[in-house]
Amino acid sequence: MSVQANAPRLSSQERARRRYLTDRAIVNLFIWPTLILLIAINLFPLFYSLYLGFTDYSAIARQVPVWVGFKNFSDILNDQQMWKYFATTGKYALASVGLQTLLGFALAMLVREKFRGSGLLTTLILIPMMISPVVVGLFWKLMYNPTFGFFNYLLGFTNPSTGPDMLASRFAGKVVPNLALWAVVLVDVWMWSPFVMLLVLSGLKAIPDYLYEAAAIDRASSWFQFWRITLPQVAPLLLIAVLFRTIEAFKAFDLVMGMTGGGPGDQTELIAVNLYRQAFLGQWRTGRASALAYIVLIIIIAVSNLYIRYLNKMRGES
Amino acid sequence: MATIELQKVEKRFGDFQAVKPMDLTIHDGEFVVLLGPSGCGKTTTLRMISGLEAVTSGTILLDGRNVTWLHPSERDIAFVFQLYALYPHISVRDNIAFPLRAQGESKETIEKRVKEVVDLLQIGHLLDARPGKLSGGDQQRVALARALVRRPAAFLMDEPLGALDADFRESMRAEIKQLHIDQHATTVYVTHDQVEAMAMGDRIVVMSDAEIQQIGTPSEVYYKPANVFVARFIGSPGMNLARGHYSEGRVRLKGQNNVYAVPDDWQQALGKALGGSGDVLVGFRPEAARISADGPIAGEVYATELQGAYVMLYININEDEIIHIRAERIHQHQIGDTVRFDIDPRMVRFFDPASERAITREAAQ
Ligand SMILES: Nc1ncnc2c1ncn2[C@@H]1O[C@H](COP(=O)(O)OP(=O)(O)OP(=O)(O)O)[C@@H](O)[C@H]1O
Ligand SMILES: [Mg+2]
Repeated sequence: MSVQANAPRLSSQERARRRYLTDRAIVNLFIWPTLILLIAINLFPLFYSLYLGFTDYSAIARQVPVWVGFKNFSDILNDQQMWKYFATTGKYALASVGLQTLLGFALAMLVREKFRGSGLLTTLILIPMMISPVVVGLFWKLMYNPTFGFFNYLLGFTNPSTGPDMLASRFAGKVVPNLALWAVVLVDVWMWSPFVMLLVLSGLKAIPDYLYEAAAIDRASSWFQFWRITLPQVAPLLLIAVLFRTIEAFKAFDLVMGMTGGGPGDQTELIAVNLYRQAFLGQWRTGRASALAYIVLIIIIAVSNLYIRYLNKMRGES
Repeated sequence: MATIELQKVEKRFGDFQAVKPMDLTIHDGEFVVLLGPSGCGKTTTLRMISGLEAVTSGTILLDGRNVTWLHPSERDIAFVFQLYALYPHISVRDNIAFPLRAQGESKETIEKRVKEVVDLLQIGHLLDARPGKLSGGDQQRVALARALVRRPAAFLMDEPLGALDADFRESMRAEIKQLHIDQHATTVYVTHDQVEAMAMGDRIVVMSDAEIQQIGTPSEVYYKPANVFVARFIGSPGMNLARGHYSEGRVRLKGQNNVYAVPDDWQQALGKALGGSGDVLVGFRPEAARISADGPIAGEVYATELQGAYVMLYININEDEIIHIRAERIHQHQIGDTVRFDIDPRMVRFFDPASERAITREAAQ
């Protein structure tokens, strides 16, 4: 046929190679660099650190990792000091996530209705979340300063010797246990309540109006409506917010490091802070730190699983 | 049980008039249907009665009690929403019990009352399901159960069958009507389906353009439409309205040589309403036309439609004035045939084309 005669003559092989170049090759071109990068900076460290967790190894010593089996894990789990840090982390997580959830929910209910300036207010509330944790830590350190900090001034303590020194865990010179931990919790709540608010707010906005209309017809009080409609309807999103914040609380590092560095003494020594100390600060116990990191990971996975299971149960029901 | 009274009730959304000032009394135990085309303000009226929407002006009385500014929960009225508005996160049982729980009723009372309505509506097998898993009809039954369980003074229903398919609507229609007969609760029912309205209503309130066009029993609305809108809107097809000129007891219809002799008992009314003579619309239902060889009105068959036991003829009586006539199946009419017919004198109506209002014999006396 004449059409065929005019077409450029390509052997089937050539044609196949052209197609290969245009389709398959481009796909590979895009995928492989990403995959290699992922393997190099995510997967490899993940598995390498798992391996290191079973060895005696220090990153600055000139010696190869020595396989010691579960020794690091059993050492950590038998160390009273470590249990104390775990307990501190648990306390910290419970207090900060609990308070954030309450405050975030309250804020969301507050800005839920449109009023003059509610958009501006929402934006203002979101600011703390957008600042770098190191910066937040630093300026709260200044705010907490008993001599010239704003915090004591607001509480009405103008004389540093009679007021609290939050980060030193002292009040008028006397030691108050946990005060420093509460100081850090307060900052975390200040910083992350907006995050809970944001998620809850999107949950609240998704509740259809007709449910409240039906409830009004059914003569439900506002209190009844809150417990029977609002709360169950936002519960899935609220739970996601709590899950995210719980994971973050177990990994909490930058804020505490910036404010107290774990002190005074070891009062605010959260597990992540201690991990950093073991891995780098003077100790360089890379093997043991890797094991600890995996223990934290397992705890986080376990806790997340509980939440997710509950979340799925809730979803399955509705 | 309750009487609902609207006095000059009006609703505006900004500049937009959704409901013009409206007077309406719904008697105790009555089943009143609000009927009208989409957007005419039916839902808005119902929502104002329920308290979900605030009135712009006017007064709403419930059993003589002024409830205009009361919250829905203070009106003792149940509302069945078009899309059911069931609580999606709780079971059917909890949905039905919701209004009772909200009132803090005791466990035994709740159990007893829920069982009563569940038996009444035969939805016992659905109790543990979530509303989202049910069919439209079952969701509607649950919504009805939730409304009934409270034993409210009145029921408001906004197109409760609107989302169901045709088959099912008919049986649900009968169910709702039966419920009303059993309970005898004052009910205001919104629909845009005139068949539904005719079948269910003790009285029908025909609405259009944000105002009431006519209030009457189904037969009044059907046989004595108050104006051209109601005449056209009720019935399928609606009433035929042939344009003509009246003088001296006769209406000369537009176009062809059709002269219709007005029945004696109408002549005085027409003469008075039109001031002796004038343009008029002759209204008659398709079934009011009687085909006969010496009928005064002639037209050409334009189309025919078999509708079960009878045939609907589309007849061109003027250039492009088509009217509908119901004919027996035995008459074999072909397209293009000329048909002559008369109008049953008991079923003829007249309208003033200028005001579009019906001319009545009562007004002439
Ligand atoms: N909240 C509102 N704001 C502005 N306009 C509204 C509002 N609610 C209703 N309207 C308007 O008022 C008019 C009447 O609405 P309504 O819902 O009462 O009509 P309807 O008769 O129920 O119609 P349908 O058969 O479509 O449900 C419509 O034109 C609608 O657009
Ligand atoms: Mg409507």
